[in-house]
Amino acid sequence: MSRIGKIARRTFLFGAIAVTGGAAFGYYKMVETPPNPLLPDTGAALNAYVIIDTSGITIVAPRAEMGQGVQTTLAALVAEELDVTLDQITVIHGPPAKAYFNQALLGNAIPVIEYQRKPWVHDAAEFVGNAAKFLNLQVTGGSTSTRDAYVKMREAGAQARQMLIEAAAKRLNVAANSLRTEAGTVIAADGTTIPYTDLATDAAALPARNVTLRDRSDWKILGTSQPRTDMVAKSTGTATYGVDVRLPDMRFATVKMNPKRSGMRGFDASEALLMEGVEKIIDLGDGVAVVATNTWLAMQAADAITFDWEDATYPADTEAQFAIIEQAFNGEPNSTARDEGDVESVPAAITAEYRVPFLAHATMEPMTTTALFTGSALELWSPNQGPILVRDWCAKAVGLEPEQVTVHTTLMGGGFGRRGEYDFAVLAARVAREMPDTPVQVTWSREEDMRHDFYRPAAIARLSGTVQDGKAVMLSADVAAPSCSHQAMERWLGRSMGGPDTELVAGVYDQPYAIPNYRVRGYKADLDVPVGFWRSVGASYGGFFFDSFIDEMAHAAGRDPLEFRLDLITPEHAPSAKVLEAVRDMSNWNSPLPSGVGRGVAFSYSFGTPVAQVIEVRDTGRGIKIENVWIACDPGVALDPHNIRAQMMGGCIYGLSAAIHGEITHTDGEVDQFNFPDYDGLRMASCPKIEVNVLENALHISGVGEPGTPPAAPALANALFSLTKQRPRSLPLWRDYSFV
Amino acid sequence: MARTLTINGTAHAVDLPDNVPLLWVLRDALHLTGTKYGCGVAACGACTVHIDGEAVRSCQVALGDVWGAVTTIEGIGTPDAVAVVQQAWIDHQVAQCGYCQSGQIMQAAALLAQNVAPTDDDIDEAMNGNLCRCGTYPRIRAAIHDAAKKLQEA
Ligand code: FES
Ligand code: FES
Repeated sequence: MSRIGKIARRTFLFGAIAVTGGAAFGYYKMVETPPNPLLPDTGAALNAYVIIDTSGITIVAPRAEMGQGVQTTLAALVAEELDVTLDQITVIHGPPAKAYFNQALLGNAIPVIEYQRKPWVHDAAEFVGNAAKFLNLQVTGGSTSTRDAYVKMREAGAQARQMLIEAAAKRLNVAANSLRTEAGTVIAADGTTIPYTDLATDAAALPARNVTLRDRSDWKILGTSQPRTDMVAKSTGTATYGVDVRLPDMRFATVKMNPKRSGMRGFDASEALLMEGVEKIIDLGDGVAVVATNTWLAMQAADAITFDWEDATYPADTEAQFAIIEQAFNGEPNSTARDEGDVESVPAAITAEYRVPFLAHATMEPMTTTALFTGSALELWSPNQGPILVRDWCAKAVGLEPEQVTVHTTLMGGGFGRRGEYDFAVLAARVAREMPDTPVQVTWSREEDMRHDFYRPAAIARLSGTVQDGKAVMLSADVAAPSCSHQAMERWLGRSMGGPDTELVAGVYDQPYAIPNYRVRGYKADLDVPVGFWRSVGASYGGFFFDSFIDEMAHAAGRDPLEFRLDLITPEHAPSAKVLEAVRDMSNWNSPLPSGVGRGVAFSYSFGTPVAQVIEVRDTGRGIKIENVWIACDPGVALDPHNIRAQMMGGCIYGLSAAIHGEITHTDGEVDQFNFPDYDGLRMASCPKIEVNVLENALHISGVGEPGTPPAAPALANALFSLTKQRPRSLPLWRDYSFV
Repeated sequence: MARTLTINGTAHAVDLPDNVPLLWVLRDALHLTGTKYGCGVAACGACTVHIDGEAVRSCQVALGDVWGAVTTIEGIGTPDAVAVVQQAWIDHQVAQCGYCQSGQIMQAAALLAQNVAPTDDDIDEAMNGNLCRCGTYPRIRAAIHDAAKKLQEA
């Protein structure tokens, strides 16, 4: 383990935290706990989350901070039990290591509809999740971070506190139970106070014990909104993102890869080579890197290169791509993820087809990584969501062992799923290999970023349904799309993973509706346009398909759309019914609609969190304005209410931006969109007023980063229907409606 | 040709071609990385700085055209001495990923310098060029109103 230890040590030195002479505390309770990455083979106390040295207390929050506030919340879990305040600690991402595997992410993979899980199934999911450590899934995604950390990190804090108390007891020669702790100190009955920083080395030599976690009623930090630990830096321009890494003698580079996502026959860089500031042009085989003294000079030179690209392996234009997706319906279903009653026995009264386009992530910070290759080592500064993937694939790309690679995870300017890939890091590693001993930062232009994404899949849904006596009695949904799970697993693990992909039908098969005949089938389209995980993944379109069609059924039944949903959800899942009731009350749903105003409701259950939204739109005469949004969600336990509200708003705005503006189309094998003028989002003037209520009726804690997105598009579409009596069945909406 | 720019009150000699945008002079030559690249085409506002007090997109101003004193996010306040507008950002916990926020804050600071009590419409107009993919707009609006109040009291 010594090499991992070395890697960890260097990581901390980069963060200006010296661990030498300090101590790290162990977290043991789990059987076969993976080795603690924070120390070499000293055999002293192992520890994955808490480091204390003479200069202070550091907490490792091993999930990517992409803006979702996860570092603050994860640190608060440890701090609550350790008895330190958030302003006493430094929070770091930590190194890539098995100890930080994401159990909840894989636990989610078990094929039981989540809201129907009985407690034993919930436990089974946790158990399955243990496999994540063998698959090296140290990944941030699936809205799993707090769920994964909720017990683990509190226990780590409690154990460290216990060890510090015992060390103090020994030193003062008093009974451990006569001591208390507060704000990073141990306090004796006679008032003697010893700071943790003085006790750390002694404490680390002690064994960890089983601990009892504090009752929620004793929480001081958790459950109340905390100032985020990164807020001052982010408000003063002093936070270091991936693009902000500056190393001595560093060069700036950019890349141009095939926009048809295929090989390169040749290129002509004769003009670029003569351009100012250009130091090196690197033939990457499938593209070219330009190394210069300045990023902009590199980008200018890259634009001056002419290329002979190989053709795309996928159909060259959007129409042909949709034809392939449509064809999937003719084949065998990839899954029948829900099949209750017998849909074939009930004649369909309403049918509809829905379509959504490919979408880009468009993080504000474009893809980037800084790399230094020395021949025997590779060091990376990379804003990423999967550090083990980055380490291993970069090692492979430059011909080193994973142990020879150090990954520093920087802050990221948005992730939304894009940074769970590792392509941008590998490209930087390949560039660095060509210029040993010189650090190089490879930053993509916005255009390169937009046109070399792993897109949210385009999808088609065919739905049919029947209502009787004001209730849905039959709903059949068939969804066809390329599989982002299969593609991503192939990229992550290097081998294809066939089989049913329930992500194809997420947001459709897993909804808490008591419909006696309810069937959902997924059809995997054989289309290799690069696709990947995009905030809320399959539910991002499944939520739109399913909830829009529920709205159609409500109108066909002549019922109030909110009451119609409530009738079907109440018998199935009480916490879900509660969020609908909450938005009904918040929005004053039953008040009469003024003329020129439309109101829509949507509900979606995703990642364990039910979310309902009501949207009000107004026809201003110059276009439609989204005026108000009311959101209610239930993550089980609200660890940080302000942050949860921020995530719900952000998730909704991300969903509305995509619903109105977002579309990635292809011509001649290349993406037609280049930059924000072609791929815009909501802005200050178009952003509605948003109110959020956080409920806590659900049985288990669940995530909040993604569940705010799925209901946004259908709530808006349903509001547009209420206003215009025209049913939007395809996105983006700007094609059929004009917005202000 | 070497040029001298005044940035945050300090003179900096810069030896780069005249057509290099101010954004890239700041970031890559002077290591003032608070100012961010988002689009390079005046569509996102992440690169917003002040020249003689006026908010400009630094990705659109060539080095040779810089006509006055430049102020960047690093120049209006520091973690130990934040500006009023930055304090409002902290109080409202505005940032999510935070990448757009330097530009948002510089745009807001320029607005507040001209308009001591901006209305919602004023804010819409002034801030509409600043994109935030994380969706922090409601808190940005609240922070601007709050900063305006504090500046008037001061
Ligand atoms: S980088 Fe200048 S406006 Fe986007
Ligand atoms: S806070 Fe992330 S882009 Fe604005």
